[in-house]
Amino acid sequence: MDLILFLITAVIAIIGAVAMLVSRNAVHSALFLLLNFAAISVMYLLLSAPFLFAIQLTVYAGAIMVLFLFVVMLLGAEKVEDAPDRIAWQQPLALLLGLALLVVSVVVGLGGATTPPPDGEALAQFSDPRSLGALLFTDYLLPFEVTGFILLIAVVGVVVLNQRGRKI
Amino acid sequence: MVPTSYYVLLSAILFTIGVLGVLLRRNAIVVFMSVELMLNAANLALVAFARERLGVEAQVIVFFVITVAAAEVAVGLALLVSIFRTKRTADVDEVSTLKG
Repeated sequence: MDLILFLITAVIAIIGAVAMLVSRNAVHSALFLLLNFAAISVMYLLLSAPFLFAIQLTVYAGAIMVLFLFVVMLLGAEKVEDAPDRIAWQQPLALLLGLALLVVSVVVGLGGATTPPPDGEALAQFSDPRSLGALLFTDYLLPFEVTGFILLIAVVGVVVLNQRGRKI
Repeated sequence: MVPTSYYVLLSAILFTIGVLGVLLRRNAIVVFMSVELMLNAANLALVAFARERLGVEAQVIVFFVITVAAAEVAVGLALLVSIFRTKRTADVDEVSTLKG
């Protein structure tokens, strides 16, 4: 049952990613990427990480994709690739290198982890958002504070970058 | 249960599609989306390994990655908007000089 669910979700994720890659319109790309993010959030649920499922949906599928769509529509940059590529040999070389990367990462990835995941008491603790929260506010408190600063810097940076009437 | 290697395989495929997006597309916004796809693929592999070892720490790391990605997207899109204002294009081939 899990395997069927995984396969369906994986196919949806790959279709979303490939469609994002090939569609000429940036708005379509963004919507296909949204499909991919939703599929990955279902993957998190299958991996018994419900908190990450919620975070993925709200932050990625919600906030980040809305920001992308907003900027695409604000700039009117749906189609900027009508002109032919300046570097002719770039596309075949990119496909070749991408294929090489896929082969290498599959070989390395399949080398180590093949044992099926264990079940039981430890799994309940793993999937409980409470244990994640406890870890976040004890052992990882300093990184947590640092991410707060990063978000603050991002806000200030966006405001500074988009000030009107001032050359940067 | 689904073996971890299936998740790793899916993650590798998604990461490769992201790399191809960065290499092939010239619309800066789509290049940005491909970077997000790569981050997601890495997150998926991380969670899959965490599920195998039942380590909660990896979920914390994924949480941080998602947070930093949100900040990165905000700053990156602001940069794109200000590039578009000066150059009137979102094509990465057109933006090849350092002079503003």
